[in-house]
Amino acid sequence: MPGQIQESALTRIPRPRESAFALGLRRILRAPSSRVALAILATIVLIGLLAPFIAPYDPAAQPDVVALKSLAPSLAHPFGTDPYSRDVLSRVIYGARLSLAIGLLSTLVSLTLGVAYGAIAGYAGGVADAFMMRVLDAFLAIPRLLLLLGILVAWPQLSIGALILFLGLTGWFGLSRIVRGQVLALKHAEFVTAAQALGASRRRILVRHLLPNLISPIVVAATVGVAHVIVLEAGLSYLGIGVPQPLASWGNIIQDGADQVAALWWMSLFPGLFMVLTVMTLNILGEALRDAHDRR
Amino acid sequence: MLPYFARRLAQAAVIVAFVAAISFALIHLAPGDPFSAVMDNPNVSESVRQTLRAQYGLDKPLPEQFARYVGSLARGDLGWSFSHDRPVLDVLATALPNTLLLMGVALVGSFSLGILVALIQVARRGSATDHALSGVTLLLFSMPEFWFAILALLAFTYWLPIFPVGGSVDAVMHDYMGLGARIGDRLRHLTLPALTLTVLAAGGVARYQRAALLEVLPADYIRTARLKGLTEREILRRHALRNALLPTISLIGLSFPALLTGAFFIEKIFAWPGMGLAVVSAISSRDYPLVVGGVIIGSIMVTLGSLIADVLYAWADPRIRAH
Repeated sequence: MPGQIQESALTRIPRPRESAFALGLRRILRAPSSRVALAILATIVLIGLLAPFIAPYDPAAQPDVVALKSLAPSLAHPFGTDPYSRDVLSRVIYGARLSLAIGLLSTLVSLTLGVAYGAIAGYAGGVADAFMMRVLDAFLAIPRLLLLLGILVAWPQLSIGALILFLGLTGWFGLSRIVRGQVLALKHAEFVTAAQALGASRRRILVRHLLPNLISPIVVAATVGVAHVIVLEAGLSYLGIGVPQPLASWGNIIQDGADQVAALWWMSLFPGLFMVLTVMTLNILGEALRDAHDRR
Repeated sequence: MLPYFARRLAQAAVIVAFVAAISFALIHLAPGDPFSAVMDNPNVSESVRQTLRAQYGLDKPLPEQFARYVGSLARGDLGWSFSHDRPVLDVLATALPNTLLLMGVALVGSFSLGILVALIQVARRGSATDHALSGVTLLLFSMPEFWFAILALLAFTYWLPIFPVGGSVDAVMHDYMGLGARIGDRLRHLTLPALTLTVLAAGGVARYQRAALLEVLPADYIRTARLKGLTEREILRRHALRNALLPTISLIGLSFPALLTGAFFIEKIFAWPGMGLAVVSAISSRDYPLVVGGVIIGSIMVTLGSLIADVLYAWADPRIRAH
């Protein structure tokens, strides 16, 4: 029977021993720099996840606002205390949790929007594409920090959820241009023509055939995107319109010591070090991912 | 060349029009209206508020309001800054030269420094120097601007006090100085903020330029130059760099948003009286017109920056210039 022949032909195709994901990971981890980066990043993520078990004190507790305020680093408080007598180390640990969560969640929002917008523009083509790209140009012309200032200043006392949403809403323009370019390039590829010949709907072609080919640039953009959002959130919190007080994010801790930077240097130094480590490891991994993708 | 310029100019105009639409949307999505502050005052009666709204056209349908908004933008009217009690355009126009000075110095400085670092790296590619410099440029590239500026401030005004703490001139003595001393005073105040922004931006430029140089090195004309017996130095400078600089011109346009963002934080931290300081100070006083004015002017600066970079690119690339 023809069906049987087809089936046996299929089973004879050797299956790859590794999944594409495992292969990519192995390629990335070949470089010692990315192994170190991954280890550091994993440690910071673990610190964030296990914050309640690791933090020596309650990050919001103000045990003694007179005797314990603004203490320089010591054994009892390795990162010192802030003007409200809160333990800075505990706040940095909880800050890891909040800053990473904000980075991750708002990047998810950006990815969804960016991929959808770019894929639709690229696949639609013509006037719709041209219009959508001009809108994108305008959004790209507004520096993201300025756009966020324009939004956030209007809403005093914003919740964390809204902040994540706005960070995500302002972060998809670059990605969607990349996605649109890729879709445009692949639109007339043979496998798409084949799918069309088989009667697949536009939606199915987009979701099942085109999107899987975009995974690599999307993963790279997501990695670098999380780094961007962490810096951005810290900057906004530093300006006093990011994460609402008294929650601890890395930017908020620096903001708490901003009035007396010289006297309370530990309040800027330690959260900043964590931030730089996180952003740098994310950038290293993002570049390694891009290289792994390019070599393919 | 000329048609290209005209097309690119039209594109920039469309972008600015869309930016105006986006800022209009921002203003209208915000809760309340410009008279929210008045509303908090129980002495202001409802009828007064309605009169104010009617006077400012806020009772008109949205399309009409948008038309009026675009009309006033075109006349350069960005609204009234209530924290300064002056027109927004006035506030920003006084501050703009300082921001342009800071950004201009940092732009020239960061591209010179970045290209220099990339050349050193590529001349010794694969060496320990190359790796170390790659580490440094990645660190700078990953550095949150405001944190780096705080560190610079701490290091060079408190721990090692060689620069003044902030401002663009000495607050007390400047007016009593002679011309030469005044210029010296300004330079002394400019150095640290400009240097901070320069070093921050140079990281990205160096990484980009290094990659661009490594990309042209396998080219045939480089091999020819090598066969001609040119030294590695000459090859790098006369053949590789000239071709690898072309993409760097477009990087100038792309770097404007980051430079502007960096300038905002650096102006705040070094109390440099530019546009960034004006806008950032408007945050705490909730001076919304000034913030939105800053968004519009900042976006126009970025659009003009990328327009200039594109025209420069077209002029520098003989393949485009010929058309």
